Amino acid sequence: MRSLNEILEGCMASGRSFAAQALAAESAETGSSPDSIRAGLAGRLKDMEFSVREAAGGWRGLLVPEEAFLLEEYGKKESAFSSSFVLTAARISISVATYNSAMGRIVAAPTAGSCGILPGMLFACRKHLEADDESLIDGLITAAAVGEVTEARATLAGASGGCQAECGAAAAMGSAALVTIRGGSPDEVCHAVALTFKSVLGLVCDPVGGLVESPCIKRNGLLVSLGALAADFALAGMKSLIPADEVIDAMGQVGRALPETLRETGLGGLAASPTGRELARKLLD
Amino acid sequence: MGFLDIIGPVMIGPSSSHTAGAARLGSLARACWGDAPLSNITIFLRGSFAFTSKGHGTDKALVAGLMGMSPEDGGIRTALETAREKGFPFRFEIEQIDGAHPNSARFSFTGSDGTTMDVIGASLGGGAVELQEIDGFSVKISGEQPTLITFHRDVHGVVAAVAALFAERKINIASMTLHRRARGGLASLVAELDMEKTPGSELQRAVETAHPAIIRVVPLYRGGRTP
Repeated sequence: MRSLNEILEGCMASGRSFAAQALAAESAETGSSPDSIRAGLAGRLKDMEFSVREAAGGWRGLLVPEEAFLLEEYGKKESAFSSSFVLTAARISISVATYNSAMGRIVAAPTAGSCGILPGMLFACRKHLEADDESLIDGLITAAAVGEVTEARATLAGASGGCQAECGAAAAMGSAALVTIRGGSPDEVCHAVALTFKSVLGLVCDPVGGLVESPCIKRNGLLVSLGALAADFALAGMKSLIPADEVIDAMGQVGRALPETLRETGLGGLAASPTGRELARKLLD
Repeated sequence: MGFLDIIGPVMIGPSSSHTAGAARLGSLARACWGDAPLSNITIFLRGSFAFTSKGHGTDKALVAGLMGMSPEDGGIRTALETAREKGFPFRFEIEQIDGAHPNSARFSFTGSDGTTMDVIGASLGGGAVELQEIDGFSVKISGEQPTLITFHRDVHGVVAAVAALFAERKINIASMTLHRRARGGLASLVAELDMEKTPGSELQRAVETAHPAIIRVVPLYRGGRTP
């Protein structure tokens, strides 16, 4: 699967939804039946749900303390700027990412460093939109197709493309999933992807001490809101001037242009800040 | 990459390259060694494996993999303790090798009978790994396809005999590469196969007897001996 535009054209020719067309394309490429691919993703959804449940409370990383519960308390008593949907999604996202740092069992979607974003967005849909499993699986199919195209055209590895390729890609995948779950059109799915990626171009991977903790965990939580807003933009009828495939190509090109210090080496950016260095030094003691 | 590779793998965190990849690397290396009793495994950490090993649980994941655990096995968290309790004979060293892959390790096995084997592998990112060297042979083995590796004397007819056996059993060969140390010396053939699961012991034995020059056959798949 190399092109979102190809899926879009397939949708127009067949009248299928984005998820149905992507599933048909994946089936044609892999030789696996649509039912077995769907069943595989249903299993992944169960594993994600399990990680969300396990992640709730009691975990911390080596550097980052347990903080997701603060959002829950805040959401109850304050008039937050973000919607309750976004706060729920961010809380789940941060708790799963924290659980990952504590050697929890997670679904890398697309990577371990970005593993909070999709569960956050999907399970907030269950809580706030009462989305059923079938609709969440449709969302997951759409997200997987976006990830596969991103992998084929650019990269999903922080070491090759920086954080735009990991948390950025996860947010774009989640944004596409939200549009699907809301019943948006295939065109709107692609605009949500393009709008999300455009807002994370150049995002570097600069983990303190080389650990998947700072800034990774909170970035999982924060990028959930970008993906949600991009889905809102697309569903409102706003369009990206640059088509999604070309935005993904640009992401790949920007990633290749990033210096190595900003691609998961823990040598640049926040990792090279005085506090970042001090935290890394303490870890070695 | 398929949908389940993008939404996956299911794994113990925190890092697909430094934790999940390390577990797969350990189990691939162990599969090369097989089931023969061990007196020692020394794991030489290279590149960033040497520096961020503790924070990512790379050491735990490598040992877990060597003991046959998969990347999603919660036992990774306590693998070092488990290994010590079981008397699993591992130790770690750090080595700096010019030109080595930045996330890689060398596994040096010594059997109870004194036989040795050296396996070098790298974690490529996203949980994907590659065995790069077995006993001095340069290889390229991902373990993502069911794979058979032969060690044989470099004489004519081995490839044809193995290929004929696969043809007879209607097993399609996805890729096949040959490596040898010297003409007429020890050689190795790596065949990736279109099969649903790990090549079974019956097929392993059949390949072993396909040609008299074949000394040993190692089946590999999905980072371990079982899918």
